[in-house]
Parts: sequence; C-alpha cells; structure tokens
Amino acid sequence: MDQGQQEVGTFATIEDVQRAMFAQRYIADRSLATAVFLALKQRKPLLLEGEPGVGKTEVAKVLAAVLDTPLIRLQCYEGIDVSTAVYEWNYTRQMLHIRLMEAGGINRQEELKEIFGPDFLIQRPLLQAIDPANAKAPVLLIDELDRSDEEFEAYLLELLSDFQITIPEIGTIRALEPPVVVITSNRTREIHDALRRRCLYYWIDFPALDKEYSIVLARMPDVPERLARQVCAFVHELRAADLFKAPGVAETLDWISSLLALNQLDLVEGPVRDTLGALLKYQDDVLKVGGSELRKTLQKALGALKP
Amino acid sequence: MNPQENGDYLATQALRPFEIERGERLLYRLTEFGRLLWEVGIDVGPRKMLDLAETLNYIDITSQGDFYNTLKCSLLPRHEQEMVFNDLYNYYWFQRDRQEGKGNEGQWSPKRNERQLRLPPSELKRLAEHLNTSGNEQRRELRPEMRQSERHHRHAERLDDDDDDLGDPQGTAYSAIEQLRKKDFESFTWDEMQEAKRLMAEMRWDLGMRPTRRKRPSRTGSYPDMRRIVRRNLKHGGELIELTWREIKRKPRPLVIICDISGSMSLYSRLLLHFIHTISNGLLNVEAFVFGTRLTRITRQLKRRDVDEAVRDVSKTVQDWSGGTRIGDALHFFNHKWARRVLGRGAVVLIISDGWDRGDSTVLEVEMDRLQHSCHRLIWLNPLLGSPDYRPLTVGMKTALPFIDNFLPAHNLDSLIDLGNLLQSIGDERPMRDAATRRKAVAAWSKPRV
Repeated sequence: MDQGQQEVGTFATIEDVQRAMFAQRYIADRSLATAVFLALKQRKPLLLEGEPGVGKTEVAKVLAAVLDTPLIRLQCYEGIDVSTAVYEWNYTRQMLHIRLMEAGGINRQEELKEIFGPDFLIQRPLLQAIDPANAKAPVLLIDELDRSDEEFEAYLLELLSDFQITIPEIGTIRALEPPVVVITSNRTREIHDALRRRCLYYWIDFPALDKEYSIVLARMPDVPERLARQVCAFVHELRAADLFKAPGVAETLDWISSLLALNQLDLVEGPVRDTLGALLKYQDDVLKVGGSELRKTLQKALGALKP
Repeated sequence: MNPQENGDYLATQALRPFEIERGERLLYRLTEFGRLLWEVGIDVGPRKMLDLAETLNYIDITSQGDFYNTLKCSLLPRHEQEMVFNDLYNYYWFQRDRQEGKGNEGQWSPKRNERQLRLPPSELKRLAEHLNTSGNEQRRELRPEMRQSERHHRHAERLDDDDDDLGDPQGTAYSAIEQLRKKDFESFTWDEMQEAKRLMAEMRWDLGMRPTRRKRPSRTGSYPDMRRIVRRNLKHGGELIELTWREIKRKPRPLVIICDISGSMSLYSRLLLHFIHTISNGLLNVEAFVFGTRLTRITRQLKRRDVDEAVRDVSKTVQDWSGGTRIGDALHFFNHKWARRVLGRGAVVLIISDGWDRGDSTVLEVEMDRLQHSCHRLIWLNPLLGSPDYRPLTVGMKTALPFIDNFLPAHNLDSLIDLGNLLQSIGDERPMRDAATRRKAVAAWSKPRV
C-alpha cells in the first residue's frame, strides 16, 4: 500500500488514516480514525481511555510506524518526576570531569561552568520529544498517565500547552515542530479536567465480534479461520459474563498463541480449561468460568457460530 | 490515490459552497449545542469550541457519522458522560426543531428535567405541608429559593411551638452543645438538626498520611540530593564538602465513603449526607457513593460549596432513595466498576450502614472480603451501635463483621468526633486480617456489652 508512510499531518481524509493504520495491521473504527485524523491536523494530544488490553498503547506504536517517525515512550508510575521524565544531570561524569580538570590544572571558574552544559545532560523522554535536533516530529506516548501523581500531571499540562522546557542551567528548549502526543489511561485515578480540556478524547471499547475476528486475522495471519472464529465467539461470551476483569483483545491474542502452541485446531473443553489462565487473570474469575459452567459457555459460543 | 489527487481533494474540500453558505449558521448552532452540554455539566469551554470550529475545515460535515465523531472526540471529556452526550446530540441535532419549533429553545429536554427534579419522599412531604397543596405541577415547578424560604418558615413555626418548654434556643451555651453532641440523631428536633449541621461544618478533618514515591529536599532526609550536591560544591572546586538530602514526601490518604440511604437508614441519611459533604470539603481526596438497591457516585455533586445545594443535587441524582437495601450487590458493583479507579494509593474506606440487608449474604461475604483486601483500612459506621444493647445479629451485619477493621457507631456528634480521631491516627501498617483476628473480632462483638 502506497500510503504506508506519511509526512506528519498530510492525511487528506479520514479514510487515508484508516487505511494507513490497517496497513500496519491495526483495525481502527471510523470514529477512532476521525480522532487520530483530527489529532494530527490540529496537533492536539489524543487522550485514549478504555479497559486494559483494548489496544490503547498500540495506537501510538502504529501511528509512529505510519508516520515513519520515532516513538518516544514515557511509562508513568507513581512518583515519576523531572529527573526521570524530563532530564537529569550525569553526576558521575560531572565529578570525573572535575577531577580531570584538577589533574590538568585548568583555570577553574571558567571551566567549571562547563559541567552544566549539554554534554552532561541526560535526556529523558519528554526532553527527547521536543529536542529541536529531531529531524521529524516524533510520536510521544505518555502511557498510563493515571499511575502518575497530580504533580506530574500539572507539569505535563504546562508542557503540552507550549512544548517547551526550561532548564535553569542551560535555558529554554523548544520543539521546532510539536510532537504527536498520545496519552493513555486505565482510569485507576481520574485525570484532571484541565488536562482533558487540552486533549481530544476517545474511549476505546471492547471490539464487536466481527471486528475482533478481523483483528485476530490481521495480527496473526497464520491462525486457522475456524479457530479464530471460535475463539472470538467464546471470548465474546466471557465478556458478557459478570467477571472481575473481562479479557481484552491482548488476552484473546495471547490465548490463541497458547492454543496454537498446544496444536489445538478446535476449542475443546479440556485444553480450554487448561489455558484459561491466558484469558483470565483473577482466581475468582477462573473459578467462575472454569467450573461446571464452562461446557455450557463453550456450547453457547460454538452454537452461535453454526448458522 | 496519488499525491495529485490528494491535493485536488483538499482544494475542493476547502471551497465547498455548502460551508460558505451555511458556515455562520452552523457555528451558531455549534455554540448553542456547546452551551447545552455545559448546562448538563459537560466541561465545554470557549477554547474547546474554537478548536472544534477549526476541525470543521478538515472533515466532511455532510457525513453525519463523521460530524458526530468529531463533535464527540472534541467535546466529550470522559466516558461516563457519553450517554448524556448522545441523548443531547440526538435531541439537539435531530429532534428539537421538530418537537418544539424555534421559539422554545430554552426548554431543551422536559423529560430529563422532570427526572432530575425528583425529590426524596421526606422532602416532598415537607413541601406538601408547607404549600398546603398536593398538585403535582406545583411541586415540579419548585425553585431552590422557594425551598430555602420554606425551611425558614418551618424554622419559625418550630420556634413558636416549642417556646414554653425549650426556652431560648438561640442561647446555645456550652452545656447545650455538650448535650447535643451526645444526643442520638434519631431524636433530633428540627432546630437541633440545624445546630448539628452547623457544628459539623465546623469540624476539621485530618486523615492519616501515606508515604508517596516522591522525594523532596529536606535538611534531614536519607537520600542524597545529587543535583544540589554537585551545584553547591562547585564553589569548593568540586570537593564534596556540603551535603544536601531529600526525604520521602507524605500525602493524605484517599478516603472513600459508601453510605447506605435505604429506608431503614432514612432517619440518619440526610444528616449523614451533610457529614459526608463537610468531610469531602475538608479533605483533598474523597470519593463518595450512596446505595440502597443500587450504587450511585455522588462525588461530583458534593463538590458544590454550599451544603444545601450539594445535598439537593445528590437527591436529584439518586434514584433509590429510602428503598430496600442490597449491600452485597452494591459492593459487588463498587468492586467491579469503581474499586480499581478509586482504591489506589492506600485508600481508607468508610461504609455507613445499619447492616439491614435484603440481598444474598454469600454475595456480601465475597465482596466484603475483596473490598477489605483492596483497601488500607475498612471502617464500618453503624448508627445502631450507639444504643448500648445493640448487638450485630442481623444476617447482613453478621456476614460483614469479620471483614471490618474498625466497627464504630455513628449516631451522634460525639461518635463522629471519635471517627475523626481514628482517621487521624491511621498509620502505615495495614491491620491484621487473618482468620484468627477475624474470629476474635466477631466473638468480641457477639458478647453483650456493658
């Protein structure tokens, strides 16, 4: 496909986005393609929320591939701060440099200032993303923002509004072209309204049966179609059940590889029971599904496929 | 598609006559739609509207699907509000003109208004008394100011009634407050209720602190602050002479309140809502839920500064006021839909309920167990515990008891003050939660108390 790789922001239509993402094996709904399209056009951050395993992070990866630009990923966690997200001074190198200068008997006052120069700076993801030296605007993925704390979110808000970072010892660094920003959240904490206001918002839902089937075929072209259909139908049944954690698309794909590793071409009760751990991650859920109900669920899922 | 075609398409898109002709009208409609969203509490500001106007240059607005998708991803800030957004979208872009004509644009959704104005039975009764009418129409027309004045009216009435036996209720001497603090909410007169609300508003809340993963500069921390150390010691020619430190920053724990508002709690629930309001305004990070047969999140409603407005907002939102209780189902819903979102970061959970449960006790047991495991401290407040001969014998209370870390009364102001002290004292360690501790706790509560 010839639009495999695009300059940032040169998509003419929503279909182009959809097609380019499909070429990278990501099946995007038209609504998601619209959000991505607008995020590129308006250069606004795209805030993606949804259950774990529906492909939020994947959007950023695919986008980087589509735009043929580096993906810079910042994985958030509680307590993430400037030194891990933005920049840090290389202390060891600074110390060594001081020793070297001493040994060389170099004029101190002038030279000492040098150790707070760019050579001693360690760039962390956010600084990398706005580095003016970037040939092309990268895709900046801020993953699981809900894990960070409010302080970091406030800092991010500032960064996202003007894409510049001030380092006291060096000065202000500003992006030549703002990066394409994708933010994901699993909602373990509410993202603040101010940040939401800056972003385009999109909720990724569990895919419908047919869509999931296409996803499976796109991601794993070698899977026998029959097995793919059965797996999708079964997973679909599970999502309708009242589980503590419903399996996402990622789990579906995992499960298929487990089944293939066991040379299964059809869903059969025994192997299904043995591999449930690839789909369900809580003991309560495994007990609930893997009990006497399993045969019924399986029959129901397979029965729905017959006609 | 080759680049030439791409360019052509862009050109035709930019010059579509439809847009030039309809542009201004469309912008007007969009702004109006934005205002409607704002009125139902969806956060739409001028900046968002400007950005939205810009998007119309990029998409084909004659495609209904794209138009909807664009509006949604530009204006809707969170998944929970999607249903409201969709309702409003359908109403505004498809039904409004047909239904009401253009003269009536202010009253956009009679159906929704009606639902929101539903009042709890007690409130309705009080209103009926005041208005001396039972016409449905009049009740629905009610405005906040009227209800406010109605309260004043009743207040005056009370003063007249109780004049001879109570003396001057305005003279709230210290001893009167003392007495009030010990009196059961259940037997409060209306005046005492007002006084209690005032006292509650004056309470200060403080929750135990949890260590965060963030560090801050400090004189006596245990982590070296490398950046400062290098900077400071430059003046000594890089010789490390002055050391600076960082310490772990501490923050208050999140508090999650889950309050029972079913029929059996109705004597307490209004006052408890006031209590929840003061506590959520006094602390940084409070999530509040109420339940009868179903769980409703009321955090946003409680954000309003004015307590009466907040409680009124809650009353509008809650559907199952003074109905039956199914604690197990409510907690099940909480554990599945909310726990992951609000129980992070060492949260303290406060359940307020009398334990009268009409649901399945096995469900309650499973959910209590899970809830206790996912929070730092599980506190249960039971208004009935205030009476000395109360013992937790109802099925619901018996089932829940083993999983409770602290079981406290909540029947008078003093008990709330005790709660305040407990919250303040919550430390870094989780309480013991093994089978032996649980058995001991249950045994202790089953004995008659002195």
